[in-house]
Amino acid sequence: MTTLATAPALDLRTRFYDELDPLLDAHPDVDVVLAVIGSGYMGRAIARHPGRVIDVGIREQALIGVAGGLALAGRRPIVHTFASFLVERPYEQVKLDLGHQDVGAVLVSAGASYDVSAGGRTHQSPADVALISALPGWTVHVPGHADEVAELLHREAAGTGRTYLRLSGQRNARPGPVDGRLHLVRDGAIAAGGPLVVAVGPMLDSVLAATADLPVRVAWTATPHPLDAEGLRALAGPAPVLAVVEPYLEGTSAAPVAAALADRPSRVLHVGVPGEAELRRYGTPREHAAAHGLDAAGVRRRVSAFLG
Amino acid sequence: MTTTTPAHAVPTSVPQHVRDLVARVTGDEKHDPSAHSTLDVVWTLYDQVLRVDPARPDDPDRDRFLLSKGHGPASTYAVLAAKGFFPASWLDDVASFDSPLGHHPDRTLVPGVEIGSGSLGHGLPLAVGLAMGLRGRSTARVVVLVGDAELDEGSNAEAIQVAGRYGLGNLTCVVVDNHSDNLGWPGGIAPRFALEGWAAGEVRTHDQPRLTAALRRTEPDRPTVVVVDTTGTTTQEAA
Repeated sequence: MTTLATAPALDLRTRFYDELDPLLDAHPDVDVVLAVIGSGYMGRAIARHPGRVIDVGIREQALIGVAGGLALAGRRPIVHTFASFLVERPYEQVKLDLGHQDVGAVLVSAGASYDVSAGGRTHQSPADVALISALPGWTVHVPGHADEVAELLHREAAGTGRTYLRLSGQRNARPGPVDGRLHLVRDGAIAAGGPLVVAVGPMLDSVLAATADLPVRVAWTATPHPLDAEGLRALAGPAPVLAVVEPYLEGTSAAPVAAALADRPSRVLHVGVPGEAELRRYGTPREHAAAHGLDAAGVRRRVSAFLG
Repeated sequence: MTTTTPAHAVPTSVPQHVRDLVARVTGDEKHDPSAHSTLDVVWTLYDQVLRVDPARPDDPDRDRFLLSKGHGPASTYAVLAAKGFFPASWLDDVASFDSPLGHHPDRTLVPGVEIGSGSLGHGLPLAVGLAMGLRGRSTARVVVLVGDAELDEGSNAEAIQVAGRYGLGNLTCVVVDNHSDNLGWPGGIAPRFALEGWAAGEVRTHDQPRLTAALRRTEPDRPTVVVVDTTGTTTQEAA
């Protein structure tokens, strides 16, 4: 068999599929568990690793239950489907078959927030990070670049914990460090302690564009949960003026941000997907971002009004 | 009926000292059907069928017993204590703040308990994954106990189908049928498994030799189900 030398995929989901074959080579205890979705995109991994890509059919309760059982047998399951069917539909299985059994797994979702804009509400779950974060012992990664996906995937495959890896259609032009910390991306010639905008994962490029001529610093993380509270406190300063821009349910990080800043007076704006009403429109992800105020223009409006 | 010969003499019933341990859990001498319907099965498994060693509860090659019907743990607690997995004194204050034993078991607190259970319909899917993970890597069997009413949960239907399609010969599901299901199972429980490719058997709970033989039965290429009727009067084996 010859290997075609091609550039690594830029699309996050495609990169995930492409990484599975080498990942299964490198980690003999890893199994991939699917509920149909994705099985058509990993033919090489399936062919080269018989029995290690387990498709349970369109059975999402079994998807998580089987993953829990595999982990009880000492395996390291990587579990994948769309976010709505990975987190929301089998939520009690995530809580009990993984968390309560005290076993680990890597849940990898596709279809972030409004990625499947043309599919409507049934295929959207902007509350996924909030739901996972509400359960004990989970780490949530929201990468914004395919290289980050590959690094996180290989690292977590070698781990033992419970990890949610959220893949989105939106992405940034360049990868960032995925060490779980909050990183200052642009100082904006603003003194330390001045206004700070935190962009999570794939929101970075939109935030940079939105704030290009605003008097703010921009920081970024691919790991919103657990939040790098120490890094936030250091960057935000003694009297924070802070905007947090997340690509999912608005306010998802409000509690850990408030906890991190509880010892100082602060003003905090949370920007994300509004949760008050369904957006009953189809169209493109770009149109949904604009409707939610999550494109560069919308973020700029929110942040500018906040700064006053 | 299978012709499997027990390795040694089969007791005619659960020993009195084990029944006494159950009474220590439940706090009375009477038989509460919901608490005791599983006793014959659990005792037979641990006394006659499973390869487990209380001195090595984490042995990777141990057989696994998963109590999915977690709301009736008294018999499992009593049997595990009788077999030496933990001191019998633990049975005297079940569900107190300092007790590792609760009304629903927690695998992280109790040696020999393989899964935390209580919410119905989780044990069988977990057992399917466990059997998949052990298959080809260990000779261990996975035996999961569910109730007839618990089968209402749709997650079981998913798991029954997946186990059948994947031909999990190291998996056995024991359905303790005390006819507590409100809407019933027209045509019976065993045929629902058989249709999905399981080897299905039906026995009466008090027929010890046949119960033991049924619980020992495995097939190399498909999972087995044993439907144990705790009230009926007939004994037979289906396909």
